[in-house]
Amino acid sequence: MIAALKKKETYQHYFGSLKFALYCITHPLDGFWDLTHERRGSYAAANTILILTLMVRVMKLRYTSFIFLNVYWEELNIFLYLASVLFPLMLFVVGNWALTTLFDGKGRLGQVYMATCYALTPYPLIQLPLMVFSNFVTVDEAEFYSALSAVSLVWAALLIVAAMAQIHEFKMSKNLLFMFVSLIAMLVMVFLLMLFFSMITQGVAYFISLAREIMFRL
Amino acid sequence: MKKTIKGMLALTIGLSAVLAPAMEVCAADRSYTYNYDWWGDVQDSPDAYSVCKVFTAADLGLDLNLKSPEGMFVKDDMVYICDTGNNRIIQLERTGTEQFELVRVIDGFRGGEGNNTFSSPSDLAVSEEGDLFIADKGNARILKLDQDLTYLMQFDRPVDSSLDEKSAFQPSKIAVDTAGRVYCIATGINKGLVKYENDGVFSGFVGATPVTYDFTDYLWKKFATQEQRAQMEAFVPTEYDNLYMDREGFIYTVTDNVTEDDLRAKTAEPVRKLNLMGSNILVQNGEWPVYGDLYWGEGGGYSGTSLFTDVTVLDNDIYVCLDKNRGRLFGYDDQGKMVFAFGGNGNVNGFFRQPAAIEHMGHDLLVLDSLDSSITLFVPTQFGSLIYEAVEQFDDGDYVASGQSWEKVMELDGNYDLAYIGIGRSLLRQERYREAMDYFELKYDADNYSKAYKQYRKEWVEDHIVAIILVLLAVFLIPLSIGRIREIRREIDSADIFRT
Repeated sequence: MIAALKKKETYQHYFGSLKFALYCITHPLDGFWDLTHERRGSYAAANTILILTLMVRVMKLRYTSFIFLNVYWEELNIFLYLASVLFPLMLFVVGNWALTTLFDGKGRLGQVYMATCYALTPYPLIQLPLMVFSNFVTVDEAEFYSALSAVSLVWAALLIVAAMAQIHEFKMSKNLLFMFVSLIAMLVMVFLLMLFFSMITQGVAYFISLAREIMFRL
Repeated sequence: MKKTIKGMLALTIGLSAVLAPAMEVCAADRSYTYNYDWWGDVQDSPDAYSVCKVFTAADLGLDLNLKSPEGMFVKDDMVYICDTGNNRIIQLERTGTEQFELVRVIDGFRGGEGNNTFSSPSDLAVSEEGDLFIADKGNARILKLDQDLTYLMQFDRPVDSSLDEKSAFQPSKIAVDTAGRVYCIATGINKGLVKYENDGVFSGFVGATPVTYDFTDYLWKKFATQEQRAQMEAFVPTEYDNLYMDREGFIYTVTDNVTEDDLRAKTAEPVRKLNLMGSNILVQNGEWPVYGDLYWGEGGGYSGTSLFTDVTVLDNDIYVCLDKNRGRLFGYDDQGKMVFAFGGNGNVNGFFRQPAAIEHMGHDLLVLDSLDSSITLFVPTQFGSLIYEAVEQFDDGDYVASGQSWEKVMELDGNYDLAYIGIGRSLLRQERYREAMDYFELKYDADNYSKAYKQYRKEWVEDHIVAIILVLLAVFLIPLSIGRIREIRREIDSADIFRT
């Protein structure tokens, strides 16, 4: 591992794969096919994009003009805020992989993750300049901000759809169906998690009250 | 858009609340006067008003206690109180800061045909000329008397085919404009204000509230039987509860006929400012709509929204609404931003049992309590006076002084949003845009910030135009020239004469 880090080729591959994200977002069908089939992508680059997305998201809180974004700092929990990206991402990757793998999807779990992260590229790419831009506009020009902000999200969403079609080698109709089913799977997982946690809470509460009762009687 | 982030946070926190034990929100004792900040959080505030004195019948030198008085009117130094339960009107004169003297008790009048006493008079207005207009509710008439209580004329039940013949005409609240036209709120009439010309002719209804209903109600009604439909709420305009004519002739109306859902959806208008056409021109530029308390949790046995029962408009366009539900007074400025909120239900001075009417005398406020049969006189504190001073100086165009007054307000209460915005607006008028921006940003006033920023940006561009052009030229010219130089160098390098 350390030895690999010392090699120049490692960095060349890393930057090459990172640069490939730019090709992916402009040529989604071709790009995402090559991402896995031609091994043009790398996990390191995918992680970088994800970390960039998270960083931009956090930086936005502080540096976006108050005209567009006001943060109630008293109630902000940075970990929960990061989880608002990571948690849906995790649910989607797992849900999508779990379903598609049963229906001839060719993508592996890691590949689904990698492609989804690559598809997030427009977010940091647009939101970061937008964050700076927001400090130079008035409310009358707020539409530019909103429009560009929407573009970054819609672009990323379309890229995810395109990416999934390419990695799983699905036709578009089947792909759209599985995107929809993935969303349902996410909901089911959320439901199960909430059920699990509330059960645990109840279970713990039972033992705590039991202990209290015993201490009370002693 | 702005609220989304808070909503999202609320969602994540809501999620975490499922997992973690519910966070205990500590509700400490609140100050008497409070306000809401941009986020809608309650901010304690110094008192804007303090109770000067509470007057009961004994203090006023009356033989009988007031019996469920409903109406009050102030003209100059005179205060008129409708002692509704005793069928009489009491005229008081303010002779000192905390002194009222009984001028006369009006229980009848001269002239007129038939009955010349009152029956449950519920409101009263005095015109510019000093004529008395009395809503003689029990006798279904509005009386116009001159200063010596001689009958001049009366305004009767409006003749209109749309009114139910059998229903009684009960004029409950009235206002009179400078031309002597009478605007009346009558119980059971929901078409707006009944308007009479100065010759006593009914000339129509003005300012009915727009009818609102939601789609599910409409659907239910479609499938309901005749009997069920009769039981349901009808889609009709809401009745007004009170009105006040400001010095410019605009009529402020209030209604307590609002539901929580309508308020949250911003479809209800508990306070309206009617122009001559009867349409609502109330400015609501505040972050929160004009509906009194933002939170309606049960506390002290009172739940539900603020129910405005009366409103009075000060000469500086700050209007104070009286909430009969929690016995509170809510002051709003001409932009619809809350200036102060104070009061409560109780027996202590400064609290009410059943507030019925509010009037102002200069900057002082008078609140009539119909159950307690008393009048509470509020006088502005230093804090309140400074706010008024700042507002009035701004309206007079004395922006520098206004800014200084707001700074004094800010020294007294650093959590007072209007002070920051006031300083900002004063700086904006003084063309000190950069400083104004800072004040607006502190209190999230995006509109005013944008105004200041726009000017600041313009000035900045004008000041740095040479530099900007130079930079732009550099951006275009340097790559161009670099390319050109390279080209020349290549040409030189490849020129024939250097080839040997």
